[in-house]
Amino acid sequence: MSDLKIRNLKKVFEGLEIIKGVNLDINDHEFVVFVGPSGCGKSTLLRLIAGLEEVTSGSIYLDDREITDLAPAKRDLAMVFQSYALYPHKTVRKNMSFALDLAGVDKAVIDQKVNDAARILELDHLLDRKPKALSGGQRQRVAIGRAIVRQPKVFLFDEPLSNLDAALRVQMRLELARLHQELNATMIYVTHDQVEAMTLADKVVVLNGGRIEQVGSPLELYHYPVNQFVAGFIGTPKMAFLKARVKGASPHSVSLTLECGPEYTLELDGSQLNVGEEVTLGVRPEHIQVTQSADSPFKVHLDVAEHLGADTYCYVKASTGETLTVRAPGDFEPGLGDQVGLQPDLARCHLFDGQGVAIPKPGAPAQAA
Amino acid sequence: METPRSLSFPRASLSNKDKRANRMSTSSIRAGSPAVHTTSGPSSVQGEHRRKNRIGLAMLSPSVLVLLIWMAVPLAMTIYFSLIRYNLLYPGDNEFVGLENYYYFLTDAGFTSGALNTLWLVGSVLLISVIAGVLIAVLVDNAFWGRGIVRVMLISPFFIMPTVSALVWKNLLLHPVSGVFAAVWRFFGATPIDWFSEYPLGAIIMIVSWQWIPFAVLILMTAMQSLDQEQKDAARLDGAGPINVFIHITLPHLARPIAVVVMIETIFLLSIFAEIFTTTGGGPGYETTNLAFLIYTQALLQFDVGMASSGGLIAVVIANIAAFLLIRMIGKNLTDKS
Repeated sequence: MSDLKIRNLKKVFEGLEIIKGVNLDINDHEFVVFVGPSGCGKSTLLRLIAGLEEVTSGSIYLDDREITDLAPAKRDLAMVFQSYALYPHKTVRKNMSFALDLAGVDKAVIDQKVNDAARILELDHLLDRKPKALSGGQRQRVAIGRAIVRQPKVFLFDEPLSNLDAALRVQMRLELARLHQELNATMIYVTHDQVEAMTLADKVVVLNGGRIEQVGSPLELYHYPVNQFVAGFIGTPKMAFLKARVKGASPHSVSLTLECGPEYTLELDGSQLNVGEEVTLGVRPEHIQVTQSADSPFKVHLDVAEHLGADTYCYVKASTGETLTVRAPGDFEPGLGDQVGLQPDLARCHLFDGQGVAIPKPGAPAQAA
Repeated sequence: METPRSLSFPRASLSNKDKRANRMSTSSIRAGSPAVHTTSGPSSVQGEHRRKNRIGLAMLSPSVLVLLIWMAVPLAMTIYFSLIRYNLLYPGDNEFVGLENYYYFLTDAGFTSGALNTLWLVGSVLLISVIAGVLIAVLVDNAFWGRGIVRVMLISPFFIMPTVSALVWKNLLLHPVSGVFAAVWRFFGATPIDWFSEYPLGAIIMIVSWQWIPFAVLILMTAMQSLDQEQKDAARLDGAGPINVFIHITLPHLARPIAVVVMIETIFLLSIFAEIFTTTGGGPGYETTNLAFLIYTQALLQFDVGMASSGGLIAVVIANIAAFLLIRMIGKNLTDKS
């Protein structure tokens, strides 16, 4: 069992509130990813959980045991750092056994555990090397091994893949997923890379400005973002936002006029909206199509096109100057500067009110505020 | 024939050796190149190669020559003086005496104590400055109010001339009547200590340590800043308290800068002179005479240039032995890449 509960956690650093009251439940065996833009407090939150920073107010419980003010070593947590933080003068073996050595564990038990961890991570043949003789990926594995050896209740990862090159990163990502299955452990993972968040997580926690914006499975976040920030943060390329005005609203449909011309009707609960209210329509690049210019009410100019092979991302400009990204087939050959029409998939568009809060879509899971 | 000059030879002769090694390696490359080219390269390539090498040597030669003259001439003169009878009080017959000067210097009453005092001085100042340097550097690494000023003040003794600091210590701090230490002793009702007559070498060690701790602090303090904070965090998570962090993380991290401090300080501490000259004048007896001071007394108090020259050469040999041992011990640690 290893459930982590965070209640009303706050961290003030030199008069600046960095974590502004976080409540979060992390269940046993879950892979939780903290994601957010730089400076959103995700690393601070992880360090608070690890005990490397002092909590200003609020509390943290691990299996109903309060660990808020406990020393880092006594929390039953292990952490993998961004720089790996291996001890440069110790061999791989000594790096991995350091915690057990300090705890005075029996020599035979230490050897057993280190060898087990080394086997899981395929480090057997490197045990007597120093970290400087290892490649980036191997160092990363040693850092993970150091955590595994301690058999903690919760693993903490602080942007562990950000120092690796792109190919290795994909490989380590898969290995981490495999490791999570194999160890069946609770893991908390901090990243600013949403691909890592989407692929690894059971549960994604989107943080912004020291607050949790939304908690949910990757697909929940993708399909039902609760606000404009989450909608813009999850998904690449970014969702486009278009200004619009409500023309008519009923509990089953909302009709709007976009500032750049076209009028659309969405099947949403419009009971909270007033006619004439300013709203924002969110459209993902993959939910919009390029059509022939003549028969579309939504006319735009092609600005830039990026050919990725499978897809072509077209960056287009509406008459109001708003820019959108459109995903077109890989063989799409746009003439730059041309006028084309767009056809959004209305069922998959998102509507946000004046405060940026999403108008709930049918089928959206209930959000615990 | 002034002493500091002959004692600066250890460094000079070291670099001389480096130079020689350099020249040897260049010449070996040149010697090796024709063999390579006879098997593969056309003669034009070989010619160009040779021409480039010649230009390289031509560019190198002025500095090599200057250094050679700079070191070889004084060295040759010192060797020459050490083999003749040459006393300024008895001008005239400077006849060749062979190794007599060496014999007299080595059997001089002051030599054994001079060598031992040099060892004591170098050893204890190294020990004190490294230990104090590490402790201070670690302490100052923690953030506290006014850290910047404290750092500057910690380093400032290093910028004071040895003569001045020795005078300050002699007259303001250690003086048995008017010194600060004496005042402190009297405050606690104890009898003030006359440092320079009761513990003459101890007093000198104190002064020199005071001058060289800042150097150790400076080097180690900057080294502390490159210590990866995440390593400390990781150690804390692994259950290491402050003492274990110090032993397992901080000290290994400082091993290399400590080696630098030991090497550089040794070079300078072997030739301590001003502090002894200003305070005790080598006395009482030979108690604070080190080799540098012994040579000085031979040359400029007894005016025996021949014997002073032989002493200088013996000091060069001793310094080279020390340097060799140091490089064997520590140099490997320095060239180790990480």
